[in-house]
Amino acid sequence: MTDNDRFALRASVEEFLFREAVLLDDWRLEEWVDLFTDDARYVVPSTDLPEGDPTRDLVFINDDIVRLRARAARLNSRHSHRENPRSRTRRFVSNVRVEETDDGQLSVSANVLVYRFRSGEGAPYVGTIDYILRRDGGDLRIAYRRAVLDLEDLSRHGAVSIIF
Amino acid sequence: MDIQDLIIDDRDRGIFRVHRSCMTSFDLFRRERELIFNRCWIYLGHESEVENPGDYRRRTVAGRPLFFIRSKDGRVRVFLNSCPHRGAMVCRRNAGNAKTLQCFYHAWTFSTSGELIGVPGREAYGPHFKRSEHGLKEPPRVESYRGFYFVSFNPKVEDLVTYLAGARDYLDLVVDQAEEGMRVISGSNKYAISANWKLLAENSLDGYHLIPTHRTYVDYMSGLGTDDSGDTLASRPPGAGRALGNGHCVSENISRNGRPIARWHPVFGEEAKPRIARVRRRLVKKYGEERAYRMADTSRNLLIYPNLLIMDFVAISIRYIEPLAPDRMDVTAWHLVPREESGAALATRLDSYLTFLGPGGFATPDDVEVLESCQTGFRASGNAWSDISRGMLKADPGTADELQMRGFWRQWHANMQGLSQANAQDGQPGGGER
Ligand code: FES
Ligand SMILES: [Fe+2]
Repeated sequence: MTDNDRFALRASVEEFLFREAVLLDDWRLEEWVDLFTDDARYVVPSTDLPEGDPTRDLVFINDDIVRLRARAARLNSRHSHRENPRSRTRRFVSNVRVEETDDGQLSVSANVLVYRFRSGEGAPYVGTIDYILRRDGGDLRIAYRRAVLDLEDLSRHGAVSIIF
Repeated sequence: MDIQDLIIDDRDRGIFRVHRSCMTSFDLFRRERELIFNRCWIYLGHESEVENPGDYRRRTVAGRPLFFIRSKDGRVRVFLNSCPHRGAMVCRRNAGNAKTLQCFYHAWTFSTSGELIGVPGREAYGPHFKRSEHGLKEPPRVESYRGFYFVSFNPKVEDLVTYLAGARDYLDLVVDQAEEGMRVISGSNKYAISANWKLLAENSLDGYHLIPTHRTYVDYMSGLGTDDSGDTLASRPPGAGRALGNGHCVSENISRNGRPIARWHPVFGEEAKPRIARVRRRLVKKYGEERAYRMADTSRNLLIYPNLLIMDFVAISIRYIEPLAPDRMDVTAWHLVPREESGAALATRLDSYLTFLGPGGFATPDDVEVLESCQTGFRASGNAWSDISRGMLKADPGTADELQMRGFWRQWHANMQGLSQANAQDGQPGGGER
């Protein structure tokens, strides 16, 4: 791969991640779920065990596509009390690293900062998100999304009530 | 306001009210520290968290930095996390393994059983300096019951089993589900809530709020289907709230949502059926039909007074509440699983836990929101009363009634008046005169 190919690849992945960030900040959660493959996973490990494995350890979130859809539906419902009224969020995605895996998928990491404002409080969720992206025609789909928080605990937030 | 008047407990008329200053007053918060948290048994941790010699965990318990460690002789020891020399914290990580413990200030070194074994420049101390007087200090009392370790800062506290009173049998019902004992898995959910700690004790036992507050969870689960085939529950009483003595209380429910131990639900998948049937047979064989039914088909939210909850429903969560201020608490939750479970069985259980529980679950965030909402509301209504009288005149209160919460509050009220026991529960007449 030439440097130019590498830049082009990273630019296309960044574009995809920026698009994802807009969907989340705009609360277009169903469209966001549509970015995922049917066999996808969304994992958020516990803050005290960033390397946590959801088949063995306690994590915050371990969604397959069914629960991910349910999560989106829940967040869209007015009975999701922690997010009703909805918080305001603004996402910053940077330091994107892309590697092509042997089976032609993309292994991606990005540093992510999400400010969340609600009820007079504003606190950031900070961490990295690791993705496995799969090519789907000309587009990309998320096969795996692991969002690892740098926070020591959720004392500022009380919950992971938005999508991090 | 007089402490005596903070609760209205009129058992003849079925009126139970808690004055909201109980959730907002600094004076009462300080008094709780003294009369409750410095006198009761307080949960510290589970033996499985320090499986091997040298394994340690750091905790804050009722405001005090402590750590527990499995010493070389295999015993679990608990120490105040403060150097006997000049006070620095000896244990500076939340978890790890150590052969010896060295304080980073002047490098005094302690064995895993707390003896002072190294003092740099020992000869500079006079002849009256005795190493044996400078070992790590332990809390006045440490005892365990079936793997659960508790500490007390009250040297005269009754033994732990006596203290647990009726809660002991419910702990047994949880622990006995496992064939090879229970263990806490790695990873904990730690979060904070800007609300008084008693609101979470109450909320964790409150069946009344389930449908209105957790509607998205209830809808999600019913969307996945229910299994009423061969329903063993139809003829059963629908659950009960109970006060178990010494402030411990339980809300015991039949469980149509499935229980990873031995009640199948479509969410577990067809392939889980044979295993779940097998476990159920084992429980019946070992404990008999009735007790096996309670283990498999009933759920329990158990409060071990004052600040520990064992939530045994979609999975088993140990929930510890650490009060920080009248309007602020830390919450830590761990996941307790049977040691014999691995692979698919463990995966099913882990998955089930996350549907409801935890700060990323489909219900816990709503509880956080609701408690903060109450606490903020108290500012508007500082001089008002909260009503906790549901089901007070019923002969057999259910889980949506509030007997279990009254049990908690009565003990709290007794303790706050310097008494060790609440003198009466629902159904015992009187209490109107205040
Ligand atoms: S304070 Fe620990 S060695 Fe001095
Ligand atoms: Fe709740």
